[in-house]
Amino acid sequence: MSNVIKIRKGLNINLKGKAEKIFVKAPSSETYAVKPTDFHGLLPKLTVEIGQEVKAGTALFHDKNRPEIVFVSPVSGVVKNINRGERRRILEVVVEKSFGEIGYESFDRGNPLEMSRETVISNILKSGLWPSIRQRPYDIIANPADEPKSVFISAFDTAPLAPDYDLMVKESGREFQTGIDALTRLTKGKIHLNIHAEYPASQVFTNATNVQINKFIGPHPSGNVGVQIHHIDPVNKGDVVWFLSPQDVIAIGRLFLNGIYDASWIVALCGSEVLKPRYYKLLKGHCISNLVQDNLTENCHRFISGNVLTGTKIEQNGYLGYYDSQVTVIPEGSHYELLGWAMPGLKKYSAGRTFFSWLAPGKEYAPDTNLNGGHRSLVMTGQYEKVFPMDIYPMQLIKAIIIEDIDLMEKLGIYEVSPEDFALCEFICTSKTEIQSLVRKGLDLMIKEMN
Amino acid sequence: MKALRNYIDKIKPNFQKGGKFEKLHSTFDAFETFLFVPNKVTTGGAHIRDAVDMKRTMALVVLAMVPALLFGVWNTGHQHFLALGEVKTFWPVFWYGFLQVFPIIVVSYVTGLGIEFAFAQVRGHEVNEGFLVTGMLIPLVVPVDVPLWMVAVATAFAVIIGKEVFGGTGMNILNPALTARAFLFFAYPAEMSGDKVWIAGLKNGVALDGFSGETILAQAAVGKTAFTNGLDKIYTTADMFFGTIPGSIGETSTLAILIGAAILIFTGIGSWKIMSSVFAGGLFMGLILNLFAINTYMEIPAWEHLMLGGFAFGAVFMATDPVTAAQTEKGKYIYGFLVGILAILVRVLNPAYPEGMMLAILLMNVFAPLIDHYVVEANIKRRLKRVKANVKEV
Repeated sequence: MSNVIKIRKGLNINLKGKAEKIFVKAPSSETYAVKPTDFHGLLPKLTVEIGQEVKAGTALFHDKNRPEIVFVSPVSGVVKNINRGERRRILEVVVEKSFGEIGYESFDRGNPLEMSRETVISNILKSGLWPSIRQRPYDIIANPADEPKSVFISAFDTAPLAPDYDLMVKESGREFQTGIDALTRLTKGKIHLNIHAEYPASQVFTNATNVQINKFIGPHPSGNVGVQIHHIDPVNKGDVVWFLSPQDVIAIGRLFLNGIYDASWIVALCGSEVLKPRYYKLLKGHCISNLVQDNLTENCHRFISGNVLTGTKIEQNGYLGYYDSQVTVIPEGSHYELLGWAMPGLKKYSAGRTFFSWLAPGKEYAPDTNLNGGHRSLVMTGQYEKVFPMDIYPMQLIKAIIIEDIDLMEKLGIYEVSPEDFALCEFICTSKTEIQSLVRKGLDLMIKEMN
Repeated sequence: MKALRNYIDKIKPNFQKGGKFEKLHSTFDAFETFLFVPNKVTTGGAHIRDAVDMKRTMALVVLAMVPALLFGVWNTGHQHFLALGEVKTFWPVFWYGFLQVFPIIVVSYVTGLGIEFAFAQVRGHEVNEGFLVTGMLIPLVVPVDVPLWMVAVATAFAVIIGKEVFGGTGMNILNPALTARAFLFFAYPAEMSGDKVWIAGLKNGVALDGFSGETILAQAAVGKTAFTNGLDKIYTTADMFFGTIPGSIGETSTLAILIGAAILIFTGIGSWKIMSSVFAGGLFMGLILNLFAINTYMEIPAWEHLMLGGFAFGAVFMATDPVTAAQTEKGKYIYGFLVGILAILVRVLNPAYPEGMMLAILLMNVFAPLIDHYVVEANIKRRLKRVKANVKEV
């Protein structure tokens, strides 16, 4: 238990605008939204209409292929809008919050340790918390019909400007433990709780029972659950591993303790363009406009739900993503730079030493969204390997995906990876290849092929 | 700056789809992106990107070659006036060398880039920066007296047959610059070997009577034990290291090449794994030959081999070409080591080829995918074993 798993490869990107450890109770937003696009591969089927009244925990839509998986409203109010995109694809189901106290749907409560596996699963499903449990392979919502060989919880985040999970769980020890207890019913295997070895983790984590605590040390992506799974209980063909975030564990705990879907969520607002980067207590699906109002620099901004490596671009009045516990605001980079490739580049961040910024190690950077070059064929080698801490050949796997060789993809370890594991590869790629979307394409191809 | 940007924005529509000069789109794009890093932003995935791009990378490789180039220019003049028996100060020597070398560089770049632009246009993609490096490598690996038309033909051959038929930058199997050199070597052997081609002017007989311009390797091949310059002065180790010896333009100075190697390794562009294993392989083979030496060539100290001929240049600038070298990290060690071994082996034991580096690298270019295949296969087996181990536990 005390043996530390050392991650040597990787990269910590030091950015400006880390959230101060100050909690602010966010003013509640007028509208909240659940975005089907947060759940990859989901075919949503609406179960509400515009104008319908809902409570916190009322299903808004469900998975067409697995109707038992429902997606629920975080607040009580009225369905205000159903925003659609191309080909009438549902992008957002927007709920307008009613005044006053939130009304909750009620679900079963009780000690999950005394419940059967089926009861626990059906309670989580009904409450709309199921989508918070995801699976490897494929990095999609877990299939309730499967039994995973283990469940993983990464209790730290190493991504750029990542929020401090210790802070987020500080006051929720009881809920966290109840959530863990519920999870133990889901698998015959272990619940792995992975903490960072370098600094003392919150007691909420270290005192947790019914779990195996594993310690990791090393740069990003050591906090990625995929990397942790790879080093502790790797996913082979046919294996299924489930994973979820500590905040989701707490939400499940609250369900079993209080019998409601309580969408309380803590989010770090961060990034170089935020004047007062802080932690906010709010509800899932919050509209970020009131967080960033009067809190931004004069600039053209990119709003990201999530971190700068894997997050989703949203609008200034967009909604927090389902799995995201940080909102990052960075400058847009749509400008030209004269002979930029030839300049010394003291302010440019690069993982290698091709720019003179290596003279100032440990400096905090405020990079914008410029691609810093054009798309090219893959030329450089050995780059991805430096930031990919798995016993997998990233370049070869990506090439197998490009040529759509299912067999080779399987042999090279496609089941173990998700797009986020390749985020750093994408970041450092000299050829500016869109690696994360390639990996997603490969995974989709596998899903199609295997079913 | 603003004015230039505005002008480019003004003429840009002409080169876009439906514009007057639509056919020159790739060319325009190449020049525009040369002047300005584009304003393109990320759309998803990683929202921020590393500042490095292909232009920066290739520009740095060219920069790493500059010490070898500058020394080569000076040495061209130095060797020339040595053969004439004249003593000159630095600048006239450098100027003479410049006049000899510069046209080769121009021909190489103009021919190669011309073809690259044409292919990019026909294929409808961007001009890749890879030729910026190739175009500098070619002049550095040819003898200074090579006729310019041959440089043009060889460059065209290398770009078309060596690269574009495989699909362009990133897809080629053989190093394009070495392809050009091999083409010259086999097509025009008289201009690429012998004792007259390495020093400017020697071919036309402008030298002292009896002056011989053989390279050290050529002398070793005929069994000499003491290597001398044309004036019968014995070459010291320092001569070999600093590079005041005859040879291809950029290959003679080990010091200048090592400066380049330092730049490549420090910036993380060149693979130190390949470089060091090439040197290790060369040293290893040299020691073996020393051990079983039955002639004077085999007795040349192993470490001296590393400073002779194109060994150092090949190890630093040619073997490390990421496209044609092994792509797996383990494979890079194997690939480099074999390049080193083969280079010395061919050099010493094959009388037909006075230098083995070119053929060693080209051969290993061909075998690099095979090396990678076995390295990756081992990884696949490891993964399968993991499954079996799990099954046993259950």
